[in-house]
Amino acid sequence: MPPNFANTIRRIVSSSLLIAAGLISSQVAAQSPLFQPLFEVLTHPRCLNCHTKTDFPRQGDERRRHAQLVVRGEDNHGAPTLQCSACHQDENVADGAVPGAPHWALAPLSMAWEELSPSELCAVLKDTSKNGNRNLEALFKHMSEDELVLWGWTPGGDRTTPPLSQPAFVEALRAWVDAGGPC
Amino acid sequence: MFTIRVNGVEHTVDASEDKPLLWVLRENLKLTGTKYGCGQALCGSCTVHVDGQPTRSCVMPISAVGNKQIRTIEDINTEHIGSLVQQTWQTLNVPQCGYCQSGQIMAATALLKNNASPSDQDIDKAMSGNICRCGTYPRIRKAIHKIAAEQL
Repeated sequence: MPPNFANTIRRIVSSSLLIAAGLISSQVAAQSPLFQPLFEVLTHPRCLNCHTKTDFPRQGDERRRHAQLVVRGEDNHGAPTLQCSACHQDENVADGAVPGAPHWALAPLSMAWEELSPSELCAVLKDTSKNGNRNLEALFKHMSEDELVLWGWTPGGDRTTPPLSQPAFVEALRAWVDAGGPC
Repeated sequence: MFTIRVNGVEHTVDASEDKPLLWVLRENLKLTGTKYGCGQALCGSCTVHVDGQPTRSCVMPISAVGNKQIRTIEDINTEHIGSLVQQTWQTLNVPQCGYCQSGQIMAATALLKNNASPSDQDIDKAMSGNICRCGTYPRIRKAIHKIAAEQL
């Protein structure tokens, strides 16, 4: 092979690699690595089953429709006389069969996370018109202290927990908030 | 020791803090009209009113009752609507085996107190947690509609 031709091939290959690398890195950049661990927690069934976009909650890791055909209701606490609190007490029952935590309810429809991409969920999470008018620090407080959120890590029975431990989640949340909430 | 208010009367009972309200009612207070079904809030037979809201007494620990007013099937006829529900249940012969019916009556009474003219959909939403293995659902629905149409 003539040396000039070999150099040309090398230049084409290396520039192609650079372009490809650029494309890949731009895709990664569209999804902040700081948000990725949060996304994995927020889309775990313990969180997502009550952050539904439906008129009913879900249950189980397979995310089936909640038994007894319970409904969301106008205030996200169930039907007027079949409230979430008819069964869900302020704590899990002793044998773990029925989960419970204070103010048990569905998240409002504006906070529905089902089927959202990471960037979509990130945007919804930060949108103060949808998230209960919470800025990043208020989000941090809610997601690190709220008793119903914390239940996700002590769900009782044989329920699975989110992929990060609760302290690791708080650490990841702090890093994301300190970085300005990148999506 | 816990002091709870049941059917308008204060009772002081000696029970562990995690004892379900159902068993305090049945064992300590001998109010056996409220039934044990599944023990996991899945069937509705243990339904009582807690501050007017239907609640599954099998999963509510006595320690969670506090000052809330408990009303059971034994006292529901002292309310106008509760009395109507019981009378209509008899008129239409709603129960078959009857095991779930005290829970059904507590749920239906709460529904009719909240909604004087419930649609079929309202009935479904309010009553779907009360299971009847005899399948008396059509008569339950008919009785609720009859009360709403004729007497409320």
